Amino acid sequence: MTLSPANEALAAEIISWFPRSRSALIPLLHLAQEQDGYLTDDAMRHIGELVGATPAEVKGTAGFYEMFRFEPVGTYMINVCTNISCLLWGGEELLHHAAESLGVEVGGTTDDGMITLEEAECIAACTEAPCLQVNYRYRGRVTHDDFDRLVDDLRASRLDIPRHGALSAVRQSIPAERLAGVIPPEQAREAPVWLGRNDVEVAG
Amino acid sequence: MDQQMAVNGYIAHAPGYVHNDGPKLITSRFTHDDSFTLARYEATGGYEGLRAALETTPAAVHDEVRAATLLGRGGAGFPAGVKWGFLPPGKHPYYLVVNGDESEPGTYKDRLLMERDPHQLIEGCLIACYALGLQQCFLYVRGEMALAQERIAAALNEAYEAGYVGRGICGTDFSVDIVMAWGAGAYIVGEETALIESLEGRRGMPRLKPPYFPAAVGLYGQPTIVNNVETLSNLPWMMVNGAEAYRRYGSESSPGTRMFAVSGHLRRPGVYEVEHGVTTFRELIYGDNFCQGIRDGHELKMFIPGGGSAPWFFAEHLDLPLEARPVGAAGSMLGSGAIVIMDDTTDAVKAAWRVVKFFARESCGKCTPCREGTTWLEQILRRILDGEGRPSDIDLLLDIGDNISPGPYPVAAHNGQEAVPFPPRQTTICPLGPSAVAPVVSTIRRFRHEYEAKITRRDPIPIEVVPVGASQ
Repeated sequence: MTLSPANEALAAEIISWFPRSRSALIPLLHLAQEQDGYLTDDAMRHIGELVGATPAEVKGTAGFYEMFRFEPVGTYMINVCTNISCLLWGGEELLHHAAESLGVEVGGTTDDGMITLEEAECIAACTEAPCLQVNYRYRGRVTHDDFDRLVDDLRASRLDIPRHGALSAVRQSIPAERLAGVIPPEQAREAPVWLGRNDVEVAG
Repeated sequence: MDQQMAVNGYIAHAPGYVHNDGPKLITSRFTHDDSFTLARYEATGGYEGLRAALETTPAAVHDEVRAATLLGRGGAGFPAGVKWGFLPPGKHPYYLVVNGDESEPGTYKDRLLMERDPHQLIEGCLIACYALGLQQCFLYVRGEMALAQERIAAALNEAYEAGYVGRGICGTDFSVDIVMAWGAGAYIVGEETALIESLEGRRGMPRLKPPYFPAAVGLYGQPTIVNNVETLSNLPWMMVNGAEAYRRYGSESSPGTRMFAVSGHLRRPGVYEVEHGVTTFRELIYGDNFCQGIRDGHELKMFIPGGGSAPWFFAEHLDLPLEARPVGAAGSMLGSGAIVIMDDTTDAVKAAWRVVKFFARESCGKCTPCREGTTWLEQILRRILDGEGRPSDIDLLLDIGDNISPGPYPVAAHNGQEAVPFPPRQTTICPLGPSAVAPVVSTIRRFRHEYEAKITRRDPIPIEVVPVGASQ
C-alpha cells in the first residue's frame, strides 16, 4: 500500500520541517510501518518519490535499521533482551522459555499471527533485568510466569498496546504562526540576529 | 511490589530510578508523577534558565558553560564548552543535533531524562542554540523508545504553544525550531557522525575522519554541535544557579553530578544521580545510600565501569573515584555512566562472549578490521563455550584484537603489572571495533585459567538457570 491521503499530508508536514527532504526518510518509514505493520514495496516507492530517493536507496537505507520489516510480522512483537545485564538475571532462560511456550523459534511468528518473538540487544532498562518490550513498550523483572500471563493478556486484547508499527501516541505538530522556519544549508546567511547582542555588548 | 519498592527508594512511575539523599541537579522532578508536563515544569522553576540566558549575551552564556567545565555525558567526556568553541566563525547556518540514541549496553539515563523531564532537555537545547547561534535543532530519539518519543513530542507541542520554542521565543528576537527525529534500531548511530548520516536519511555509518568534529563539517556539511541528552539537561540548572554554584558539586576536574545506571548482581540496582568525581565505585556499589552491596551470599568477581565498550575492572579498583582521569589511567573509562556488576557465579568467558556478540551484531560493516574481526571474536568465543575450543584460540583472540587495536590494549592493573591507560589505538574509523576487544582482553588477562579449563576440558558449558528476580 502507498501512504494514505491522511498520511501523505502528515508526510508533507514532516518533510517541511527539514532543510533537506531526504532527512524525513526515517520518520516517513516509521509512518508507513505504522500504517501497514511493515514496509511494503509500494510504500517505499511512494516515500522515495516524496523525499527524492530511488526505491533502491529507500530499501537500502531501511535495511540498515533493525526496526524496519519487509515482511508481515505479528500484531505484537516481543523483544526479549539477553545483553549483559539481562544475561546476569536470566534473560537467556527467559528467551528460551518464551520460544518454548509460544512454540516458535526466535524470529518466528505464532500461527495465529499474533506474536513475533525476537532477541533484543540492550533496550536501556538494565536495572529491571530481565526485561522485554512489547511493540517497544517496556516490561521489567519478567518471570517466566509473568511472560505467560503477558501472552494471555495480549491474546485476549486486555492490554492497551497498539499493533506493531505504532510508536509514539503523540505526534509533533508545529503551528504555522509559531514556526521559525527551516534554515537550508545552501542559503548563504548572516549570523542569526540574536548573536548581534554580543556586538552591542562590546560596543556598549 | 510497588509499595515495597517505594520504601526502598524506587519510584513506581519511574522504574529503575532510585531517589536517595544527595544533590539532585537534573533528576529533581523525577519524584513527581507528572514531571513531564509543562504545568509541573513551570511550577518547579522551569524555563527560568532560558529567561536568565536571554537576559544576558550569547557569549556570556557560552562563557558560563566553559567556566563550569561541563563534561560531555555521552561517553567521550569532552568538555562541552570547548567543543562549542570549535564552531568556525561566520559559516552560518549552524545546527544542533541532540544525541538521544542511547544504546550502549548497561546504559540508561537519557531515556529517563527524556521520559521524565523532556522540558528540561528542551530548555537545555534552547540555551545551547541561543549561546552559539545555532539556527535549527534536531532531537534524535532512539527508535525503540516509544514512551520517550511520546513525551518529547507532547512537550514540544506544549512548548511551541506556550512560546518557548519557535518564532520569537519569550517575545525576543531569538527564534529556533526543535524537530524530533527518530532512530530505527542501530547502535552505531550513537556515534556522532553516524547520527548525522542517519539524520540525512542514509545508512548510519560513521564518516571518515578528519575532520574530527562535526563542529567543522556536520549536518548538510554545515558546522554542527552534537550533544548528549544528559549534557544538555544540565544547562537549565546551570543558567539559574551559575557556574560557580555548579562547581561546588563534584570535583575540580569533573564538576557537577552524573547519572549512573548500576545493574547486575546487586541488592538495589538502580539509576542514581551521583556527585561526579567524589563518590567511589565502592561507595556506589556497597553504600547504603546506593546499591547496598552484592546480592546475598555472593562476592564481586568483576565489573564494567563505563558501558559495554569499557575494559573491565576488579575488586582492587573499587576505591577509584567516579572521575574520568583516574579511571582512564587505570585502563578503562567512565564512558556512558553504565556500571555492570558481576558476582562470583558469573562465567567470565560467557559474559565476555555476550558483550562481543553485541558488537559483532552492531558493527556497521564499513571498516574491515571491525566487520570481520568482531565476527571472528564472537565465533571463537562461541566455540570455546561449546567445548570446541582449540589450544591456539587464546592467542588467536588476542591477535585479532591486536588487528583492531594495535599495540597494548588498555587494561586494568593486575598482579603488579602496570595498567595500560585508555583510550586504545584503532585501525577503524570509530571505536566500535576496539570496544569488542575490551571484554576479551580484560577477561583473558585476568581469567586465562577459565579459558584454558574450557579449552582443555572441551565440555560444553551448560546454561545455568538463574532464578529470575531472586533477592532483587
